[in-house]
Amino acid sequence: METLQLFKILPEKIYFQNIPYLPGFRKMVGWNLDFSTLTRNIHDSLFSFFSPGLASAAEMVIIGLCFLTFFALLGLILVYAERKVCAFFQLRLGPMRVGFWGTAQTFADFIKLLLKEPLTTKNADKFLFNLAPFIVIVASFMAVAAIPFAKGLHAVDLDIGIFFITAVSSIGVVSILLAGWSSNNKYSLIGAIRSGAQILSYEISAGLALLTIIILTGSLQLSEIIESQRTGWWIFKGHIPAIIAFVIYMIAGTAETNRGPFDIAEAESELTAGFHTEYSGIKFAFFFLAEFVNMFIVSAIAATVFFGGWMPFHIGNFTFFNHLMDFIPSVVWFFGKVSLIVFLMMWFRWTFPRLRIDQLLTLEWKYLMPISLVNFLFMAFISLEGWYF
Amino acid sequence: MNEVSEYIKDVAKGVKTLLGGLSVTGYYFFHPKEIITQQYPENRGTLKMFDRFRGEVIMPHNEKNEHRCNGCSSCELACPNGSIRIVSKHLLLENGKKKKIIDQHIYNLSLCTLCNACVKACPTDALKMSQEFEHATFGRVELIKVLNKTGSVVMEGLEE
Amino acid sequence: MIAEVENSIDTKEYFINMGPQHPSTHGVLRLVLTLDGEIIKKIEPHIGYVHRSIEKMCEKDSYQQIVHLTDRMDYLSCHINNEAVCLAVESGLGIEVPERVKVIRTILDELTRISSHLLWWGVMGMDLGALTTFFYGFRDREIITDIFEETCGARLTMNYNIPGGLMNDVPPQFSKRIKDLIIHLKKKLPEYDTLLTENVIFMERTKGIGILSREDAISYGVTGPAGRASGFACDIRKVNPYSAYRQVSFKEILFHEGDTFSRYKARILEMWESISILEQLVDNIPEGDFFTKTKAVIKLPVGEYFQRVETARGELGVYIISDGKKNPYRVKFRSPGFSNLFVLNQIAKGCKIADLVAIMSTLDLVIPDIDR
Repeated sequence: METLQLFKILPEKIYFQNIPYLPGFRKMVGWNLDFSTLTRNIHDSLFSFFSPGLASAAEMVIIGLCFLTFFALLGLILVYAERKVCAFFQLRLGPMRVGFWGTAQTFADFIKLLLKEPLTTKNADKFLFNLAPFIVIVASFMAVAAIPFAKGLHAVDLDIGIFFITAVSSIGVVSILLAGWSSNNKYSLIGAIRSGAQILSYEISAGLALLTIIILTGSLQLSEIIESQRTGWWIFKGHIPAIIAFVIYMIAGTAETNRGPFDIAEAESELTAGFHTEYSGIKFAFFFLAEFVNMFIVSAIAATVFFGGWMPFHIGNFTFFNHLMDFIPSVVWFFGKVSLIVFLMMWFRWTFPRLRIDQLLTLEWKYLMPISLVNFLFMAFISLEGWYF
Repeated sequence: MNEVSEYIKDVAKGVKTLLGGLSVTGYYFFHPKEIITQQYPENRGTLKMFDRFRGEVIMPHNEKNEHRCNGCSSCELACPNGSIRIVSKHLLLENGKKKKIIDQHIYNLSLCTLCNACVKACPTDALKMSQEFEHATFGRVELIKVLNKTGSVVMEGLEE
Repeated sequence: MIAEVENSIDTKEYFINMGPQHPSTHGVLRLVLTLDGEIIKKIEPHIGYVHRSIEKMCEKDSYQQIVHLTDRMDYLSCHINNEAVCLAVESGLGIEVPERVKVIRTILDELTRISSHLLWWGVMGMDLGALTTFFYGFRDREIITDIFEETCGARLTMNYNIPGGLMNDVPPQFSKRIKDLIIHLKKKLPEYDTLLTENVIFMERTKGIGILSREDAISYGVTGPAGRASGFACDIRKVNPYSAYRQVSFKEILFHEGDTFSRYKARILEMWESISILEQLVDNIPEGDFFTKTKAVIKLPVGEYFQRVETARGELGVYIISDGKKNPYRVKFRSPGFSNLFVLNQIAKGCKIADLVAIMSTLDLVIPDIDR
């Protein structure tokens, strides 16, 4: 009885009062870790110190540096997570030697890759060979820029956010094709051609799956997509078609990142290492890093579109419950959702056998695309009738 | 219509089998007790090999520095890889006769396939297999071992 | 018009060297593939990278020493290889081994077969891209290798048989360990089916791929599970029983499709049959000696001796010509892997590279067995 009463009083009080501890940080970041105050403060102070041109240049440099650090950290963490998760699926312990439970293992590997000699094969097309790893890294870099990480933590909020990310992240295939062609290796070439066919087809159903939700949001802008989920995530509000769209997006997204069971471009047991057979050192590390960052991007889009991005778990108009959920910072919500989806992708990879190239295309053109088209119509109908929550 | 229902059934069946696979790996992920790998150098203390494990050939000596090998060369003959060589010397006895005794039992671990033939062939049970399995050395020469210790003699009653 | 264009384009054949160092050739096999895009037009196996001239080495060794060399041929069914040589020598000497030896040999044969098939299952999954199966297969195989280690002293190259019997008696916990193993395997083998066999991707990858007809299987001499999946009843344990196989009842697994999936299924079902053989024998190990005394130097009478056994991969024949000396005059092994490999061009032509990998893993090649 008492606890119930307590709950009745608590939320409002906490909502309106400044929490006594961490007053400075609270003030700076705002309530519920709203980063917009922080970013606004930095922006204002930069513009008051420097001339507008210099200030915006400085801003860009700061953001670039932030993303570089984020990239490196993300790569290290995801590689470690992949190795540990895969080990636990396979009844192993995974890396255990460097640091506590092998936490410094990926860092050590990274140093090793940096120190290795970046070989270029003798008859390779040297310019394209060296260009390919940079394209792949730039493509994923650009995609990360448009992702909202938390409330107010957003580098660019484009009007066409979703469109931009899907477009930019598929540039990566160019680098795979270049790498396969320029290596002058027969295995690499087969891998590259496979990858080209694969990514081009899977873009379609990935796009259709995202469009299914965009019917409901009515906007391509990521911040608006998130805002539209204030009363509940689309996967719940859009019920059946949204769940189907999510499943299709997950399949297509896994295929787009070239991960198992769709890793036919690398296909270790068939093509040794596929398109990056001839790469070594830091250039190999770029491909390796890009794979993991792409996995993060796909998961981030899935989290944003289907699970509300940084938006906490809200149920309709249950204000009390919604406030309770608001106590968990938005950053935690975002990264929690993303890591869950990343885990799902790892689970797929370490369970399923690889598909053959023709089966891969059959799956896309005969199953995923018709299903997502029907699903798209279904969703349009539902949206027209207003049968969503 | 029939085809459509077949199509849907196909998809549902496929998804079901995939979920079955996921459940197997998922079970092991959430049950870390099932992990089978061991942390090797750490578990050295508790690691015990089976009695019959064939690590390398040894020649047991008793506390009086005596072994059971009389240098009959049975093991040398039985060895399929030529990894055993017996060097014998001649001892001049008091009555003026010469006697052949074992000088060195040379065993080359790098040639040995651990087939147990020498142990089986030995008429006096002088050779044994030890459970030692850490054979790494910095040079191949270190793998050539002399099995009888310096100054050791044959047990009484086992001479030829 | 199309024909004209096709005639005017001059295209070179696309060769790929698959191996000798390649993740799915399992050893040092080299396949020269002629490709048309992804489709394979011709496969040329090149062998001999691990040739150690075991047959020639046998000519200088005594009959006891030959046994340990056969460990190094098909190292996954080394116990069965040992037994083949011992049976040939025993038949030459006219020795009848004790019943106890026969039963123990049969038990170890079946354990070897299960362990070989478990390893094959793990590697098969890995070849198809499901890397986790490898560890599950090895987990269960580890229990069997532990039994071997306790019984024979080694995990892989066991050398437990000697002409005339066994090297040691079995340890006291032998039958208890095997019973534990049977309980464990009965729990885990259905898991294999959920993880891989029933998986829709796996089915698609294997069904109807690499079809080997019964006629081809017979004319190429494809034996073992690969031959039986094509309907070729070639189980030596049935055709020409040796050791204790007369006492046990088991089913010869036969399929008629001859595709990759039936070869896969044949091996999975064979594991169940091996378990049932173990169940029949494990409580009925007769008392008695574990060897018959032979002379220290075995000399076979002048003549030719042949013994064939069923290894995990197929029919292994041991052919010994003796000229009455302590070494054989000539030894010839008819290894199953050699015949199974050369059917590859017949069945994998027109398939894709990914299919070739699947077909190769169901043929279950062990390269040292092919090269000897």
